[in-house]
Amino acid sequence: MDILRFATAGSVDDGKSTLIGRLLFDSKSIFEDQLASVERTSRDRGENYTNLALLTDGLRAEREQGITIDVAYRYFATPKRKFIIADTPGHIQYTRNMVTGASTADLAIVLVDARNGLTEQSRRHAFLATLLRVPHLVLAVNKMDLVDYKADAFERIVDEFSAFATKLEIGDLTFIPISALHGDNVVDRSPNMPWHDGTSLLHHLERVHIASDRNLIDVRFPVQYVIRPHQATDKALHDYRGYAGQVAGGVLKQGDEVMHLPSGLTTTVERIDTAAGPVDEAYPPMSVTLVLADDLDISRGDMICRPHNQPSASQDIEAMVCWMSDGRALTKGSRLVVKHTTRTVKAVVRDLQYRLDVNTLHRDENAERLGLNDIGRISLRTTLPIFHDPYGRNRQTGGLILIDEVTNATVGAGMITESH
Amino acid sequence: MVTMRPDYLLSQLDVLEAESIHVMREVASEFERPVLLFSGGKDSIVMLALAERAFAPAHIPFPVMHIDTGHNFPEVINFRDRRVAEAGARLIVASVQESIDSGRVAEETGRWASRNRLQITTLLDAITGHRFDAVFGGARRDEEKARAKERVFSFRDEFGQWDPKNQRPELWNLYNTRINREEHLRVFPISNWTELDIWDYIARENLEIPSIYFAHTRQVFERDGILLSDGPFMNRGDDEPIFEASVRYRTVGDMTCTGAVASTASTVAEVITEVAATRVTERGQTRADDRASEAAMEDRKREGYF
Ligand SMILES: Nc1nc2c(ncn2[C@@H]2O[C@H](COP(=O)(O)OP(=O)(O)O)[C@@H](O)[C@H]2O)c(=O)[nH]1
Repeated sequence: MDILRFATAGSVDDGKSTLIGRLLFDSKSIFEDQLASVERTSRDRGENYTNLALLTDGLRAEREQGITIDVAYRYFATPKRKFIIADTPGHIQYTRNMVTGASTADLAIVLVDARNGLTEQSRRHAFLATLLRVPHLVLAVNKMDLVDYKADAFERIVDEFSAFATKLEIGDLTFIPISALHGDNVVDRSPNMPWHDGTSLLHHLERVHIASDRNLIDVRFPVQYVIRPHQATDKALHDYRGYAGQVAGGVLKQGDEVMHLPSGLTTTVERIDTAAGPVDEAYPPMSVTLVLADDLDISRGDMICRPHNQPSASQDIEAMVCWMSDGRALTKGSRLVVKHTTRTVKAVVRDLQYRLDVNTLHRDENAERLGLNDIGRISLRTTLPIFHDPYGRNRQTGGLILIDEVTNATVGAGMITESH
Repeated sequence: MVTMRPDYLLSQLDVLEAESIHVMREVASEFERPVLLFSGGKDSIVMLALAERAFAPAHIPFPVMHIDTGHNFPEVINFRDRRVAEAGARLIVASVQESIDSGRVAEETGRWASRNRLQITTLLDAITGHRFDAVFGGARRDEEKARAKERVFSFRDEFGQWDPKNQRPELWNLYNTRINREEHLRVFPISNWTELDIWDYIARENLEIPSIYFAHTRQVFERDGILLSDGPFMNRGDDEPIFEASVRYRTVGDMTCTGAVASTASTVAEVITEVAATRVTERGQTRADDRASEAAMEDRKREGYF
């Protein structure tokens, strides 16, 4: 059994909470006491059906206001897979939540109300999923019951979205007509829509192939922590020096020649230790400890790669950023802290090339600032080189976060495009 | 040349383990004074095992702390001492009784009296006293609604408070670990594990767990639909008759608010079968502390609870 992480996005009232409630309910992940509590609340509110959407309402403020305000994570499993849902709310002001949820997602579901067709927000959600390089996208056309399960309502949306999708780099796109409320095409194929020749949503989630979404070609091992037991009594341990970290790309093998950055020195992988003992190979997202043949001066923030396949090492970084602070704007000259893989450095914004209108994809080159939920392209100059790849090639070595030096808040997320 | 094999696949437990180990190493790298909370319960048993694996062959580079309510299952305390010693870690015990004796908190009274809420003060005092800057907790997001929204690295202000509306966005596996003096982070490495994942891991890694997790015969009584063990601090009423039952525990906590479930499971495999078939949440079935109100956990968390 493996894990599929997916994010859900939709405008308010498109039926996102109902869909998640339905997936949890139909996969038998809802416990009796949770259901009883939801039934009680539905009754108290005077609703005449059990509102499955209540299952996913987390915090008190949300229950009181009846809205979802922050990313929440849900879990369910079928015999085929374990699923982690990043439930991201769809309000205009919450681009930041969608970006957060999408950053780790293998798949994104964008919900559309069959009656309304594509909205500005559906386009925005699809764009954000592709900006974050979520490899698989599902456009779920919901509330099909309200358009009498007619094929033409669905097909109009498919055509409209397909035209828009040519402007985006979407890896894998699937359209599914559903009714979250009644369960059509959610778990089982719906008899109400015989004209649809695809699978149900859950069937798709269970089968979609994600193993090759990882980069298994470019070996990237950001050194996270150095393990030195210092136990003079045990001879075997006395000289042990292991470099611990999570493999960010490629397949590392025992006996491989590897290069250390920033030194550029090469050595050989003597051993790969894991929680389960030594292994022959390590690949993403394994957490391992490398023992190298030669004594090099290696510390946290360094990178191990193959001599003929190195990441870029540079202090000049170009990135698309999503700005997440409501207190402070990003402008030319902004000073920030950058965390990239295991390296944290200071940086200054050299330039703001443009701000992107996520609805029209128009680039405003006269923009002088990025405010909360704005997306734009910037140049950064860092105090030390960072070892990176374009985000499109590797999400681990291409992603970075921006931190405010004074408030310590996380104020932005960056996807590296290319460097000079 | 890398030959592509279809089997560069990892099971869900391998992925969860790798993620948790990554989180633990991140904390060990970026904080001066981390501590791992350990109750002797199944989640903290998995946490301790993960910490051993994250830093092997070296010892765990931080101490282990138990918030002791004084209302413990004796089997769990024995287990705690043995297991922490085996891991080569230093054990710190912060005692709720001492918080009561020194007047920091007042004992609750009445039938529903519990030291569960008092633990918050003991925990926060211990964090301040030892100047801990990162505190590992074994909370899982599948446990409870308020937990579902909490970050893996969860910021606490100088009063130990959690502000659910003002959390740091968490992207990829990049964790913002920056804090000012007096503030700290709660870190939850097993956020993405479910109860079943915990049991599967215990089975796969053959981890030892305290005997109360297996079915045993015990003198119990029923209160508000929950089976509680009889004992000196239980304030049992005359309308709460004692009877003998075959039970096991799904969580271990303060005896006064941790309930048992009827069970005949005597091995981890049998427990897994029961858990997989259970139709009631772990907390709903066995924790009186979460029943008080719909927002019980959220309220306690805001004040600084685990
Ligand atoms: N008829 C119909 N109503 C639906 C469907 N899905 C959701 N709804 C209703 O649409 C409203 C908004 O749904 P909700 O799940 O709360 O939307 P969210 O804001 O996207 O989470 C609720 O009244 C739902 O009952 C559907 O497939 N068909």
